[in-house]
Amino acid sequence: MAGAFKENGLEREDRVAIFMDNSWQCVVSIWGTLMAGGVFLVINPQTKTDKLRYILSDSDAKFLIGDGHLQSVFFPAAKGVAALAAIVISGKAPETDSASVPVIPFEDFTAPRPMSGNFCGAIPLDLAALIYTSGTTGNPKGVMMTHQSMVFAVQSIAQYLRLTEEDRIINVLPLAFDYGLYQLLMCVYLGATLVLEKSFVYTASVFKKIIAHQVTVFPGVPTVYATMIAQHAKTPLLFPSITRVTNTAADLPAHFSGALREMFPAALVFRMYGLTECKRVCYLEPELIDKKPNSVGKAIPGTEVYLLSPEGKPVAPGETGILHIRGPHVMRGYWKQPELSAKMLKPGPWPGEFVLCSQDWFKIDADGDLYFIGRSDDIIKTRGEKVSPVEVENALYAIQGIREAAVIGEPDPVLGESIHAFVTLTAPGALTERDILKQCLSKLENFMTPKKITIVGDLPKTTTGKISKKDLRARLINPRRDGNEPIK
Amino acid sequence: MNLSNEEIRSKILEFLKTNFFLDTKATPLKDSDSFLQKGIIDSTGVLEVINFLQTDFGIEVLDSELLPENIDSVGNLISYISKKTETHA
Repeated sequence: MAGAFKENGLEREDRVAIFMDNSWQCVVSIWGTLMAGGVFLVINPQTKTDKLRYILSDSDAKFLIGDGHLQSVFFPAAKGVAALAAIVISGKAPETDSASVPVIPFEDFTAPRPMSGNFCGAIPLDLAALIYTSGTTGNPKGVMMTHQSMVFAVQSIAQYLRLTEEDRIINVLPLAFDYGLYQLLMCVYLGATLVLEKSFVYTASVFKKIIAHQVTVFPGVPTVYATMIAQHAKTPLLFPSITRVTNTAADLPAHFSGALREMFPAALVFRMYGLTECKRVCYLEPELIDKKPNSVGKAIPGTEVYLLSPEGKPVAPGETGILHIRGPHVMRGYWKQPELSAKMLKPGPWPGEFVLCSQDWFKIDADGDLYFIGRSDDIIKTRGEKVSPVEVENALYAIQGIREAAVIGEPDPVLGESIHAFVTLTAPGALTERDILKQCLSKLENFMTPKKITIVGDLPKTTTGKISKKDLRARLINPRRDGNEPIK
Repeated sequence: MNLSNEEIRSKILEFLKTNFFLDTKATPLKDSDSFLQKGIIDSTGVLEVINFLQTDFGIEVLDSELLPENIDSVGNLISYISKKTETHA
């Protein structure tokens, strides 16, 4: 494939957009791009035409590799993308002949061809990937990652997760999501085995694979664990082969621990925190999970973190500050977005060095372990008190019968902001809004108790499976048929 | 309940239309088209399908039956529904 890229005019640092399901073809496309000296970007296959067009144009993609079943999305998106030289199509044959660039079947593009010498040409400082991530406002932005920062992150994470070549990792997360992508990268680095699933929709089929392949590592996000726990409550689930369970992307509610231990009796559970801009920030040693069930621990090996006030002053243990991250894993910036980059990357202690300002609020305890408080733009101020939505959500998650919870601040003439909680239930009718309110009042200070609780059929998610507060706020303004109806 | 495959199919399509805003006129859906690949359902969508099977057909979907071969296309749903309603009868 690297040879085919060269034949078709790919030059060092040209971008290759990969728009495919989690599949071996997607994996081959990633490594083929790197071997040819290109920069890959994996785009979530759920992306719709307009956003895809934006990403293709923004990245100046020279090649697009797409799954045939997604062609009704990508052919229109590719039209007018100036830099595009060819489209490679996998699986289903093209149903249009109106593409403005040559369309090459994946089989032809990966057919053996003579290769000579090392034609990658990339050095560790070159870009390896653009990882598009949703911004708090507007369009997605491409996080620039070099070969050396990605290799560093892979080694650091593999080290603290205590992974070896004997491990078998199952990945149900999109490869477009850095958490999913790094499962692949770690397996290649270690020579370990990757069991690649398209999604976590058909849970029974995922569970069968875990057992059939004697999987040892299960990476998930809270929504995945919430789904499993709800099933486990009906019919017990048991995965004795799993020795490592990892969580990131959103805070793992402390009360999940019991059920996780029942389902994964042999597993160490890793609570982690990260952001795409540096891949991973910190993790809690799994032996500390009972002692510090709400902490996300310390910086990953080879990196450091510290908290600063908004004025840039150091923060004492126990006080809230903005998390800053220093290490070789920090991004080069956002692709073609120098102003946004400057907001996140601040000058570091040495000339030419940059420190990543996460814009997230944390606390640090006397041992140096970190506690996530909330996004800097997420903190709710009500009755003059600062309320972390995460704290309220944790209280909601601890209520039996609640499957998911999301808390936002709504403008309120008296309170400044009032707290509005949206929840989904494990079963329709499991709880009423009054039941939830009653339990909240028994767990939270008065000012932290939601003023309003809405039971919904589902919560809007980003393409990476995080609950999207932005979409939730939009629903408040424009209630829609799909999901904002209370469960009857 | 003794519904023909045709009746089951039209109920499924009606459900997809109301719940997932599927426009089968604009984008025809073949019996073998994967809901997942077509981007019709995701992990919350699958819960709506379960709910639909329960309310419209009286089928209780076991967690162990959450497999693509039971649910991931109109064709698979038809055979799953026929199988489940037979054993119920």
